[in-house]
Parts: sequence; C-alpha cells; structure tokens
Amino acid sequence: MKKVSVSFTLNGDPVTADVPVTWTLLKTLRDYFELTGAKEGCGVGECGACTVIVDGQAVNSCLYPIPEVEGRSVTTIEGIAEKDGSLHPIQTAFLENNGVQCGFCTSGMIMSAKALLDQNPDPNEEDIRKGIAGNFCRCTGYVQIVESIEMAAKADK
Amino acid sequence: MIDYDYRKPGNLEEVFSLLKEYGPHAALIAGGTDVMVKIRNTRKAPEVLISLRGLKELSYIRKNGDYHIGALATHRMLEQSDLVQRELTALYEGASRIGSVQVRNVATIAGNICNAAPSADTAGPLLALDAQVLLQGPEGERRVPITEFFTGTYKTVRKETEVVTEIRIPAEMERFGSAYWKQSRRKAMNLPIVGIAVSLRLDNATISDARIALTVAAPTPIRAYKAEEFLTGKPMDEAVLAEAGRIAASTDCCTLRDSLRGEAWYRAEIIEAYVPRMAKLAAERIN
Repeated sequence: MKKVSVSFTLNGDPVTADVPVTWTLLKTLRDYFELTGAKEGCGVGECGACTVIVDGQAVNSCLYPIPEVEGRSVTTIEGIAEKDGSLHPIQTAFLENNGVQCGFCTSGMIMSAKALLDQNPDPNEEDIRKGIAGNFCRCTGYVQIVESIEMAAKADK
Repeated sequence: MIDYDYRKPGNLEEVFSLLKEYGPHAALIAGGTDVMVKIRNTRKAPEVLISLRGLKELSYIRKNGDYHIGALATHRMLEQSDLVQRELTALYEGASRIGSVQVRNVATIAGNICNAAPSADTAGPLLALDAQVLLQGPEGERRVPITEFFTGTYKTVRKETEVVTEIRIPAEMERFGSAYWKQSRRKAMNLPIVGIAVSLRLDNATISDARIALTVAAPTPIRAYKAEEFLTGKPMDEAVLAEAGRIAASTDCCTLRDSLRGEAWYRAEIIEAYVPRMAKLAAERIN
C-alpha cells in the first residue's frame, strides 16, 4: 500500500504524518496521532461524531482523504481548551447545562458549535439547530445542547 | 483490503493526462462525500482517485452577463452567496438543503450533478434555470444543456476523458422568479422523497414562460414539458396552476415508482400540490 507524507498544522502545532494514502483524516487523528476525541459513528458522513474544523470550516473527518490535508490547519476537540487546561466556553456551557449524556456525540457537537459561533457569534435558535443538523445525539433530545450553545454564545460577549 | 492511489494534479492538463493514462481505472473526486461513501459501502475502489481540489481556479460564483458557477463551488458557497439567494433562489434552496453544514462545506455542485442521482438536490433547480454544463477534454470544450446531461440513473454524457468545469445559467434568468421544494421526512440529513423546482416569467398577470423540473420522478431528474406548455400564455390563477400540477404528476410527465422512501401515489400527490405552490412563490420572487 502506497504511503504518503502529509504536513499540516494540528491544533496549532506543525506536524507530519506518514500514513497510507487511503487513510482518512479521522483515521490519521485516531491511529497515528492518538487523538481519540473525534469518533467514528457511521463512517459515511451522516452522524457528525467525527467533526473537526479544517481551515475554519466544520467537516466530516471520516470522509476527508488525508492527502487533502496537506498545508491546511486542523482543529480537533483536543485543541480548543487553553494550554493551562482551562476549558473553552462551549465546553463549560455543555457541562453546566447537561449538554452531555453518554458523550459519544459531544466532541463532534462541540466542534460544529465552535465553527458556527466563530462565523456567527450571535445565532438564534434556528441558526443553532441548522448548525448542528449534521450531528446526531441519541440521548439528550437536543434541547440541552441547543441551550448549551446559546449559553456559550452569551458567555463569549 | 481497499487500496488505491490518490493523485492531486495542479492543473487541468495534468488531470487530462492522468485520465488518459488510467482510463476506466480512474475516478474523479472533489468533495468526496459521494466517492468516499461509495468506496466504503461497496468495499471497492478504482485504481486511482484523481482529486480536483487542486484546481482552485474552478471555485467561483459570478455574474458576467450569464451566471457562471465553477465546478468546484461548494454547496456552502452557493448557500452563502447573496447573488444566488437573490437571483437564482431555487438553486439556493436546493444547495442549502443538502446534507449538513459539514457535507455542504466540501461537496461541490459539479459533484452533485456528475453523481447523477435521481434525487440530486441541485439538479431540479438547475433544470428549471436552464443551466448548461461546460465540459473540457483534451479535444477542447463543449457545452451541454442540462436537459441532455443526465442519460440514466447515475449516468451522464461526460466522457471518461472529460471534466465538468462550469455550470452556466443564462442571463435571461434574472427576469424569472424561481423556487424549489424538497419533500422529505426530516428537515435535514435526508434525501428528497420528491423534489419540485419551478421558474417563471410574467407579462402582467400572464405566464409568458415557465419551467418545471422534478426529481425522484423518473430515472433521471426531468423537466415536465407538458405542464410547462399548458402554463405558457395562461393567466396566473388557481385553476390554471392546479391543472398544471395535475399534468406534471401524470404519466404525461413522469414515471413515478414505489420505493423505500415513498410510494408512487404519494409522490404524485406532492407534485400536484407543490407545482402550484412553487409557481406562486416563484412569481413573488420575480425581481
């Protein structure tokens, strides 16, 4: 199997991955960099558990061929807290509003929320629901998640 | 074990030479939201994937007389374009309802039509907006009306050596209003049970020109010509629109089928109900 060497920025740090050319960004994050925050749920771009941010945009990392990451900037759930460990306002809001139950969708959900708030710091409920429409949660019924994102948007002001 | 090579040519000439070298053993990939899923689901891959994402010059939306949409314009670009939202509203509605933000951020308009699913959400709007598809190959460029682009389910006129480079919508569409309805069970992350796109022009209260397109109503996305002919020259009133809906839903226009997503009778009722509604909405949107 052909290998490829891909250099990019991962959570602010320059990195290089030497992996099979058929690997996805998700597999590279989990199996090469051992960043297991992004999850594989469906593997076909429907559930959003694998969501990460590439050059400012939320993408399904399970469908993102690793050669396409060359030169880009990738942010994962592991990269959004401060270096001293203090949580990102969206993480805090999810904890305080019970936006997390089983937790499987949470990292993808928070990355979609972050991409949304980075582009639209003052979203209404519909904007939020559209922003996370590609992230399935089978526990919460979404209400606490939407409230968490609303609270994070307020906290950021 | 799935195995393939992945190439990232930097310009069209390199794409053509790779397509020539690998012929039927190559597949083009842009956003990957269809190609990567298909590889995973079928456990089969071509020998080589040729990525078009390096062709940055094909990522544009502009109006220069006609409307020009580069092949690599993503659904997100279409969704966030004021020009598309204002003047090609049906296309805005189709693009903004595909998949999720994550999918729309990478999935391209050319990918949507080249995959050629009967349910393609941009296909109905593009048919109603009289789009043309520009293809480039080693022998030069050709322009195909989108009405002739789809040749079957998941099949198009694109030759193995060609690349779709642009979708062009004629300038006269600025005088039309347009609307697209996607009938689906959920508001997001869903394929249409049936899709209805209408564009029209009015001369006072008379419909001077109309296009009606249907998706998941036949093996390919189609135009409902008989219903369009009926509308042309008629007044914009309830009885006329209702009859156009009945014609569009009939076997004069489509070949509806029962499938997992919906039954034929249901699709017919939705077409009948929504052709008039989309026509009215399109009329309100004439600039």
